[in-house]
Amino acid sequence: MNKKRVTVGISGLNAIDSPGPGMAVAMGLHEARSLDVRIIGLAYESLEPMIYMHDLVDRTYQLPYPSSGSDMILSRLEYIQEMEHIDVIIPNFDAELYSFMKIEPQLKRMGIRMFLPAMEQYEERHKVNLSKFGEKYDILVPHGKAVFEPKEVFDIKSEFTFPLLVKGKWYDAYIAYNIEQVLTCFNKISAKWGLPVILQKFVHGSEYNVTGLGDGAGTTVAAVAMRKQYITDKGKAWAGISIDDTYLLELTRKFVTATKWRGAFELEMIKTQDNKYYLLEINPRIPAWTYLAVGVGQNIPEALVRLALGLKVQPYESYDVGKLFIRYSKDMIVDREEFEKLSMTGEL
Amino acid sequence: MKLKENIAISDSGYLFNPSTGESFVLNPLGMEVLQFVKKGKSFEEISKEVLTRYSVDSITFEKDYQDFIHQLRQYLLIGSDE
Repeated sequence: MNKKRVTVGISGLNAIDSPGPGMAVAMGLHEARSLDVRIIGLAYESLEPMIYMHDLVDRTYQLPYPSSGSDMILSRLEYIQEMEHIDVIIPNFDAELYSFMKIEPQLKRMGIRMFLPAMEQYEERHKVNLSKFGEKYDILVPHGKAVFEPKEVFDIKSEFTFPLLVKGKWYDAYIAYNIEQVLTCFNKISAKWGLPVILQKFVHGSEYNVTGLGDGAGTTVAAVAMRKQYITDKGKAWAGISIDDTYLLELTRKFVTATKWRGAFELEMIKTQDNKYYLLEINPRIPAWTYLAVGVGQNIPEALVRLALGLKVQPYESYDVGKLFIRYSKDMIVDREEFEKLSMTGEL
Repeated sequence: MKLKENIAISDSGYLFNPSTGESFVLNPLGMEVLQFVKKGKSFEEISKEVLTRYSVDSITFEKDYQDFIHQLRQYLLIGSDE
């Protein structure tokens, strides 16, 4: 098969203990059967490990933080585009998605394609709106409430029992066992990720996730279900196994059809002892464990790039069940000159 | 009573449920009993086989057997309607 040569920009290069999806995406793209991929890393911090992994990333450029505004990001991307002629960008951080969605038309004019959810889809599934989302699409969601001020925390006793989950709007989640702990978590999370902070009923059970890809017209192009086998203290899967859960996969297709989801996603679910599934979160991007999907036969990063380029994509129908992913960490030895070059020039 | 069709059991006694991702390790007797269940044998048939080959009285075996079946049901390895 003649592979199409493409240059893909990816972020999420922080292969740390709460990893960004960049590494899994890069590995998937390098294994793509239909694409010959050159990867441009888009980094925010100079110590994101993938910057220095030259077997996975061909060249890396630093980006301004999303909080600096769309104009700054656009201006930086204009420069990068002059140098690299990127065909597709896959933003892998929750916190940057909004900015990228806003500049999608400008990037398109520059020749850069993306395959992201529409703004309404992005907003509708947001943690803050998840309860309404569950009602609308008939999916069980633990009761949740967005809190904007510390004093609101004192009014939650009638709505919640302890323990409960306190979550940031982008990242972080803590279990709180009393009002004081809720307040501590509220302050910690709001200082880091801003407002609102989300309170959610704690549901006890086993954690299951589905990663998938919707074509924007209601078709599920890919869907792989996974049970977390080993969870870190940050709640991240360090090992997981692919499963054939009919209910989860049907629910995923229902979600894609009903919302006409465009792009990659991850459904975070919990199964209670009485076998009820609750939807905890919908992440509107490729998750860090997506390499499991690649390993069991559904190369989501490859399919996403093809969709972004307007190429034909055949929906995946099946995958290998009972395969595990096991994450590991590894030390890299890096010359100071490389770190210096990235720090001083913003590119490597 | 029927074991769910997609349950994978290896000769070593490792059992994997592909629907839930859960795995279990059976001891040799559990493995033997499960093979009987898989073949569709009744409790009476299984009991007869086990009592002939092991030094166990029928009351103890029945108690342990029901316990084992209850666990299989709890872990959704056999259908809840059976």
